[in-house]
Amino acid sequence: MIDIHIQKQLHGANGNMNLAVKLHLAKGEFVALMGESGSGKTTLLRVLAGLENAEGDITVEGKSWKDVPPQQREIGFVFQDYALFDNMTVEENLLFVNNDKALAYELLEMTGLTAFKDRNVTGLSGGQKQRVALCRAMMKKPKLLLMDEPLSALDTSLRIKLQNDIKALHKRFGMTTIMVSHDVPAVVFLASRVLLLEQGKILKDGTVAETLLIDNRILTAEVLSIKQGKATVTILDKLMEVEVASHTQVGQHINITLKGRTL
Amino acid sequence: MDFAPFLLSFKLAGLTTFILFVLALPLAWWLSQTSSKSKPVIEAITALPIVLPPSVLGFYLLVVLSPNSALGGFFEDVFGLKLVFSFTGLVVASCFYSLPFMVQPLQSGFESLNKHMIEASYLAGKSKMQTVIKVALPNIKPSLITALIITFAHTVGEFGVVLMVGGSIPEETRVASVAIYEMVEMMEYGQAHIYSGIMLGMSFVVLLAVYIFNHKQKKIGIV
Repeated sequence: MIDIHIQKQLHGANGNMNLAVKLHLAKGEFVALMGESGSGKTTLLRVLAGLENAEGDITVEGKSWKDVPPQQREIGFVFQDYALFDNMTVEENLLFVNNDKALAYELLEMTGLTAFKDRNVTGLSGGQKQRVALCRAMMKKPKLLLMDEPLSALDTSLRIKLQNDIKALHKRFGMTTIMVSHDVPAVVFLASRVLLLEQGKILKDGTVAETLLIDNRILTAEVLSIKQGKATVTILDKLMEVEVASHTQVGQHINITLKGRTL
Repeated sequence: MDFAPFLLSFKLAGLTTFILFVLALPLAWWLSQTSSKSKPVIEAITALPIVLPPSVLGFYLLVVLSPNSALGGFFEDVFGLKLVFSFTGLVVASCFYSLPFMVQPLQSGFESLNKHMIEASYLAGKSKMQTVIKVALPNIKPSLITALIITFAHTVGEFGVVLMVGGSIPEETRVASVAIYEMVEMMEYGQAHIYSGIMLGMSFVVLLAVYIFNHKQKKIGIV
């Protein structure tokens, strides 16, 4: 449904980098875009939204978006810093995008914001602002919803509330979605597909299990004391007793392998 | 007492502020958004009236606006407008003189806006014009008020340029500041005191109003 084939030279903090992405998105897919900061995730979103230029083409349902300005792309965008219109109330923020009161009230109801509709957005909490931003992005009933780290500023309980809201909206409207996120629990909960971006290239592309599941993980622990072949070590801020070789000394760092099970 | 010079000053300042707002808004917006190489050049030209002696600005305006010049001649022939020693000429001169006072606060206000807010408006399908009027301007109210009031006050306060371009024709170009100058020349100190006192009082009240407004906006967290 959406074919992306773009290339862009980036001049970032880590020197020059070539963002080169070739991608096909099926209708209604929920894609998590992951990768280190500076790997080009946000730039890719901005190119899709038409906020930055790139070589190549983006085709949506057979139509090229090459010369289509952001105004005419059917896109919803949730910025990391919300970017709400501070001079408007919650309701006005939504209606500014599309003067469809029924839709606005439905979205506010779904996200639990109905009571706040006449509030000025400057007085809202971070979690509330993020939900308003999400509702606003849905007001055009976009073909493609782009979210840049929507959950990063929220604590766990707010994150769970928001990821539930996102899931409900996705179920209700079925928009193809790309979400930039570092947040593994949210990605597991929401995404049907994960893209791992590194240095502007797609390193991995697949289901959550295919991309994020690892067989084992080596953790480093510091030996605090040794008694009869057993050492007390600190690992992930907790203490643990493990059997160690006889030549192990206090202060030494040892590797502990965490074995996973293949599903 | 003759209030005509004050009325003339206010009429001039009001018209200048209105015209400059319309002209400076797109310029300030462009300057705030562009990464063009010509930006510093345009910024320097815009700021010139701040540093130039009013007599220099007045002299060049006289040269350019006089009926003997191409521009002045064109306006006189085509529109029948006399651009020197006339009220129309004063308005034109004031627009040059007060330009930076309108452009600079607007520009810095626009530059302080969250870039994503502007982009969100574009993604909402709004044009640049709609974005400026409905999103950008309402979110820089202190800068907007500052630009309008300072431009108005600065135009009321101008002297050198109006004297050179307009002279002192009663009810045409004899604004308050020029009137005071003439009173002092003719040693009518009593009159000069009254006029100057009124100017001083009004200027203070206007500036006080701007600062109180901006202070309040900051308090309620709009800025």
